[in-house]
Amino acid sequence: MKLHEYQSKDLLSRFGVAVPRGEVATNREEATKIAEELGGNVVVKAQVLMGGRGKAGGVKLFTNAAEAGEFAGNLIGKKLVSIQNPAGMIVEKVLVGETVDIAEEYYLSVLLDRAAQKLLVMLSKEGGMEIEQVAEERPEAIVRLNVDPAWGLCDFEVRDAVLAAGLPKAAQSQMAKMIKQLVKATIETDAEMIEINPVALTPDGKLIAADAKVSIDENALFRYPDFQSTQSDSAEDPIEAEAARRGIAYVRLGGEVGIMGNGAGLVMCSLDEVNAAGGKPANFLDVGGGAKAERVKSCLELILMDDNVKGLLINIFGGITRGEEVAKGILEGFSSLNIDLPVVARIEGTGAAEGLALLEGTKIVPAATMQEAAQKIVALTR
Amino acid sequence: MAILVDKSTKVVVCGMTGREGSFHTGQMIEYGTQVVAGVTPGKGGTDHLGVPVFNTVKEAVVATGANAALIFVPAPYAADSVLECEAAGIPFVTLITEGVPTLDMLRVANRLKANGTTRLLGGNCAGIITPGECKMGIMPGHIFSQGPIGMVSRSGTLTYEIVWELTRAGLGQTTCVGIGGDPIPGTRFIEVLEMFENDPATKAVVMVGEIGGTDEETAAAYISKMTKPVVAFISGRTAPPGKRMGHAGAIVSGNLGTAQSKVDALLANGALVADKTSDVPGLIQSVMSKIGAGV
Repeated sequence: MKLHEYQSKDLLSRFGVAVPRGEVATNREEATKIAEELGGNVVVKAQVLMGGRGKAGGVKLFTNAAEAGEFAGNLIGKKLVSIQNPAGMIVEKVLVGETVDIAEEYYLSVLLDRAAQKLLVMLSKEGGMEIEQVAEERPEAIVRLNVDPAWGLCDFEVRDAVLAAGLPKAAQSQMAKMIKQLVKATIETDAEMIEINPVALTPDGKLIAADAKVSIDENALFRYPDFQSTQSDSAEDPIEAEAARRGIAYVRLGGEVGIMGNGAGLVMCSLDEVNAAGGKPANFLDVGGGAKAERVKSCLELILMDDNVKGLLINIFGGITRGEEVAKGILEGFSSLNIDLPVVARIEGTGAAEGLALLEGTKIVPAATMQEAAQKIVALTR
Repeated sequence: MAILVDKSTKVVVCGMTGREGSFHTGQMIEYGTQVVAGVTPGKGGTDHLGVPVFNTVKEAVVATGANAALIFVPAPYAADSVLECEAAGIPFVTLITEGVPTLDMLRVANRLKANGTTRLLGGNCAGIITPGECKMGIMPGHIFSQGPIGMVSRSGTLTYEIVWELTRAGLGQTTCVGIGGDPIPGTRFIEVLEMFENDPATKAVVMVGEIGGTDEETAAAYISKMTKPVVAFISGRTAPPGKRMGHAGAIVSGNLGTAQSKVDALLANGALVADKTSDVPGLIQSVMSKIGAGV
């Protein structure tokens, strides 16, 4: 679960990381007041979880509080659209923060290294906008350091990493401290990733996190009730947000064939088959193991919130999930949701015969295999 | 012959008295698995489904000689349960539970590796089955059959899909291993491939991977050294980059972990890669006849 910038900075400052002073505002008056308290030299940043928010006009620098407040007032309630997020997102909050003078920009992150089965710290002297290009063209410019799960980081390892990154003397011990703070924060908040880009070195030699991205492991949210309550706000799409509220694994993909299946692997495979048959999947949706009719109905409802959907593919291999429960859910969904779209269902495994019997004589088109189901639904939605 | 579990496997089920635990324990007993004990703290001394329940794993091991554990306990307590099994001296533990925090799994996987006494399979997996001998997991038993094919997979339902194809084509299985879809699996593809390579009964291997992580690529390098043929299938070929597809494991970032990089690595190392799940039996038949192991 991605946190907003203001939440990320709050989290980091709890672990001692220096962040710019600032607060979040939901209207013009609040924004003006915060900007006044900060002396008028402020940056106003839209708190939306989408890429390209700067280019979309969601970030601006000011030298007086009234103008900053006015800009914030206009921004709140407005929809920001970027190349990364063409559907756009409504701005509900802005962060009003002090402007940071930057002499040099570094990059620092902590994330999971799946191959090594350890946490990984990445540090570079060349922070800022072009970090991905640096990673691709000169990987040696990024220092990598694995964290021992039992010992954590040793001081000597951190010192070595800072020296290897080639940071100037003024930044060295501050960066060593920041690395340890970040690793501690990662472990104590179950973060999937913490990224500070840039870490700014100010002209007077202070190291400060000028931006921050934190993402928390959703499986660990039970440990953090505060984050849990904001979970659905963090989805980038309204249907995905509704899915998060319902506890359904759903990803919107933009095509016209709605897809429901059980098990992530089988659903991904269904998407591949729809693509192979010449269609475009509208979504990924995993009903989960052991789904009952009520949940199946709720899943159907979710898929149909997407107006692009022209037909449905249902692909179930019963194990814990029983075929007849899925069939009951489909039929209940059909009658209560007035579904008037072509539907192809492929049901195999536990309860398949009972399920298919229930669907007999209805408008639902049966298919014997996943491949056949994909071809049929693509033909019906052309 | 088989790998990891067989007729002699004596299973203790942690979290046996819960809803999922009860249902699947019943199914396992029906399949013929030796379920010798259950563990639920506070319910020790009772019986459930005709199986004695203990308060701790250690008590269960002492009383019944259990040598494998299957865990259904809820995600917040799953890591603790794995470590309890390790402390009780159980050499093989399968974790079915889905949604265990990644950092918990990171600590557990590293500790088990350092101690070297217990192998963990999962979490977020369907379990393991040696057809006709031992079903230790949540898979529907009737779709499996005995034969010479070893199978290893990250996805439960996709395993069922492909096993059903194999069984209908007359291609039975030695053992089917679900390693699970989480980012930090207790047992990885390469380790299972090594076990199949050393298992005399296994003549060919089916490997089912998906996008995310680089374990398929790592396993591919080992495949070039194997004497047994491997047929692979990778799901998520058309998943858009950067989107998370339900499995915590199925995340694509940059060029690493994409379906294409996995397919390329597998092909370059001599594996056959099926485009569709339904192509797997045909590819297996072709490699089996090539090595003279007719079926």
